[in-house]
Amino acid sequence: MTSTEKNIEFPQSILDECNRVIQLFPEGKQKSALLRILHIAQAHFGWLSVEVMDYIARMLHIQPIEVYEVATFYSMYDTKKTGKVKLEVCQTGPCMIEGAERIITHIEKRLGIKVGETTKDGIFTLKGVECLGACGYAPMLQAGENFHEHLTEEKVDALIDEYRANPTANYMGMIND
Amino acid sequence: MSEEIQKFKVTIDGKTIEVEPGTTILNAARQIGGDIVPPAMCYYSSLKGSGGKCRTCLVEVSKGSEKDPRPMPKLMASCSTTVMDGMEIKNKSSERVVKARGGVVEFLLMNHPLDCPICDQAGECHLQDLAYEHGHSKTRYEFNRREFDKIDIGEYIKLHMTRCILCYRCVYTANQLTEKREHGVLKRGDAAEIGTFIENSLDNEFIGNVIDVCPVGALTDKTFRFKSRVWYTKPMDASCNCDKCSGKAVVWMIGDEIARVTARKDEYGEVKEFICNDCRFNKKDTNQWNIEGPRKIKRHSVISANHYEKETPKHTTLLNKA
Amino acid sequence: MTKKLLLENVHIEGINSYDVYRKNGGYSAVEKALKKMSPDDIVEEVKKSGLRGRGGAGFPTGMKWSFLAKPEGVPRHLLCNADESEPGTFKDRYLMEKIPHLLIEGMILSSFALGANQSYIYIRGEYMFVLRILEKAIAEAYANGWLGKNILGSGFDLDLSVTPGAGAYICGEETALIESLEGNRGNPRMKPPFPAVQGLWQRPTVVNNVETIAAVVPIVNNGGDEYAKIGIGRSTGTKLISASGNINNPGVYEIELGLSVEEFIYSEEYCGGIKNGKKIKACVPGGSSVPILPHFLITKTAESNDRLMTYESLAEGGFATGSMLGSGGFIVYDEDQCIVRNTWNFSRFYHHESCGQCSPCREGTGWMEKVLHRLENGRGTMEDIDLLWDIQGNIEGNTICPLGDAAAWPVAAAIRHFREEFEWHVTNPNEATKRNYGLISEKVFEKVNA
Repeated sequence: MTSTEKNIEFPQSILDECNRVIQLFPEGKQKSALLRILHIAQAHFGWLSVEVMDYIARMLHIQPIEVYEVATFYSMYDTKKTGKVKLEVCQTGPCMIEGAERIITHIEKRLGIKVGETTKDGIFTLKGVECLGACGYAPMLQAGENFHEHLTEEKVDALIDEYRANPTANYMGMIND
Repeated sequence: MSEEIQKFKVTIDGKTIEVEPGTTILNAARQIGGDIVPPAMCYYSSLKGSGGKCRTCLVEVSKGSEKDPRPMPKLMASCSTTVMDGMEIKNKSSERVVKARGGVVEFLLMNHPLDCPICDQAGECHLQDLAYEHGHSKTRYEFNRREFDKIDIGEYIKLHMTRCILCYRCVYTANQLTEKREHGVLKRGDAAEIGTFIENSLDNEFIGNVIDVCPVGALTDKTFRFKSRVWYTKPMDASCNCDKCSGKAVVWMIGDEIARVTARKDEYGEVKEFICNDCRFNKKDTNQWNIEGPRKIKRHSVISANHYEKETPKHTTLLNKA
Repeated sequence: MTKKLLLENVHIEGINSYDVYRKNGGYSAVEKALKKMSPDDIVEEVKKSGLRGRGGAGFPTGMKWSFLAKPEGVPRHLLCNADESEPGTFKDRYLMEKIPHLLIEGMILSSFALGANQSYIYIRGEYMFVLRILEKAIAEAYANGWLGKNILGSGFDLDLSVTPGAGAYICGEETALIESLEGNRGNPRMKPPFPAVQGLWQRPTVVNNVETIAAVVPIVNNGGDEYAKIGIGRSTGTKLISASGNINNPGVYEIELGLSVEEFIYSEEYCGGIKNGKKIKACVPGGSSVPILPHFLITKTAESNDRLMTYESLAEGGFATGSMLGSGGFIVYDEDQCIVRNTWNFSRFYHHESCGQCSPCREGTGWMEKVLHRLENGRGTMEDIDLLWDIQGNIEGNTICPLGDAAAWPVAAAIRHFREEFEWHVTNPNEATKRNYGLISEKVFEKVNA
């Protein structure tokens, strides 16, 4: 990877959303919007490339390294390309008790990939993640912004079919437009 | 002299001193000097915000202050805890401290390659000194150690992340001495690493100071790497006319040749006057320097072993405690 | 029937919308406060209520508020900690999802009490769908004059917004939260200075948990004294408990502090007993970081007192025989669960979540995970158990922030109470992964602790 000034463009709707978020903070404190803007960019581009991060650094008047530091710290950001739909299965505590492993094994078999891998068609990436705050509704997985709880093998199959047919259904709000 | 600011009286391992309010325990200890001074791997006086991270300087506060004599329940990082009047501190005299520090040394060494014989920092490595003084002779860690590829960050600096103990000093250095920081801490937990993320060369004219602040062999001077073991060199105080920095440096000689140039470090390994890249990397000719005389090297064992200077005791205002 | 202060109206259809919330008495506390009370009156009521921080630490809220520095001309901030990430805890999500205006109402009251004019809700990034619910509710509150300039003509201005994290448990620690809110890595800060003096953007700041802030609404409505009537001793009011694990009715419950643990686990109103008619083996009563209790210390303390859902009773016996109320993440384990496996699982969590700033936590959490993994898979030794004990001891109390303790305590408690199960994993390597050890015997425990 090398640094680049390559022209990537944020569509106007995304720029407007970024500006709205920046306005939530006092003048000079625009860096506070960084985490939200990274979410917005990731929802739009699928992942955070160097070009996207450099663009955001310019937008917020901060150094690119400050963006890389943050993007690599938080587990939700992907600085490498992923599938369109990330199936993130919670494996902590109560989810483990209720069979998170069973669900992961099932998805692995069904998609023919291991945890951390992406399907050849580029649609699914499977991840094992830590507690998502759905302990009472275990086992569960997150896909984009959606929580899918009380999972069974059958439910997972249905989900996979649904997402395969419509991979963008996992984001809400303006990002889909 | 009644206008004088009231000083705080603190006692560390039985030795009492009066210091300015706002002084940290570590700096109070340094004012006393000697072996009551806690070791510090991440704190660096001239770098604002540094400290608190390595936990090697933990001490026991056995008496909070004259007003509130209760002991502090947890061990405190002496580099970032300020003294109170009447505070009593146990460093080496506390069993808890000795145990905790042994634990910290073990944690720091866990993922550190124990290949000191072939490390360029050997002889002036603070981790080596720390482990010698506070560590165990045997490792209990039986798993694979963290490893990274060596990378060049710029023409003059080699980054060997495998050796890094994540003290963050180089990050503070870049933040405070340069206008545009290009390296930082990436990822988190034990996967955290110092890096530039993208291929990038650090070319700010003060960036060479990251080498001097690095307590281990993670950041080294490519113009010197493996030219000589440090204890075969003779450090000499030298100065030059420089329009970018003070020009006050140490030149490390092999025979009549300058093998490397560093800033001047005090007995705690700290640079007070940083030097520019030009002085550090490009002035390797004795004609470019006014050589003042042999550098007094204190504390750091291996280098001082080759030395003929006697350490002069530091003047401190020790108070006699009955 | 238990008195409910937060979730009383949660089942009313449409309560997540402004109109329904308002029709059911919503925002009456703001009317009362802005028209009849001074900021100090509110602080006083909160002090009287005995409310303690509901995020885990249990520090008295009124006292925390009174520490806030108020230098002339410097803005101060209230931050709501909605980073809820402690395994076993999902109560804040429930509250925000079901009845978002309650949190907003609490934010208005608390911001008024603290003199904060710009407040933020910091929510974990995975709860993006909850963030959208809150943003919608905040827009409704603005549209109806509860936020913005000169609220109800009182002269009090408040801007409120939600901002997300992005996957980092550590950001639930208040100084890491502040760093994150400033757009930085979530590295906790060294204290002092405390947030009350130098917090967000170096300004005086209070950080409170979602449930704590929501509790200010009934406190203002009914008065602090009324709130303090509920509960026992220094555990006043109601508490949201997230119940999960091998129970019949997992979910979020609002209990009156002082309810017996026995009733909480076995009554139909709450957990409804252990699933599939199994026996209870262990319980983590306050989120993954608090000490696990073996079956014979759950409903009774070591002194044979009834164990109650209070800060004090759950802690009775200290770490030797007690635990903590923590965040109220109540996880129940039946006789088929493996404690070594669970401890390994938790240690993986803490390893994953360590920010990596200070060495004991950065290195120690990963080491514990590796040793526990080895033990769980039948490749461990008896020395490994002692090694684990040592590692956790070298982490505890020696780190910058409480994550070190949170990682150490579950390991310590598991070894303290379930040592024989750890040893069984060593002596029965072939069975270690196949079957579970079952219940530990009380007698062995007594011997160990004698």
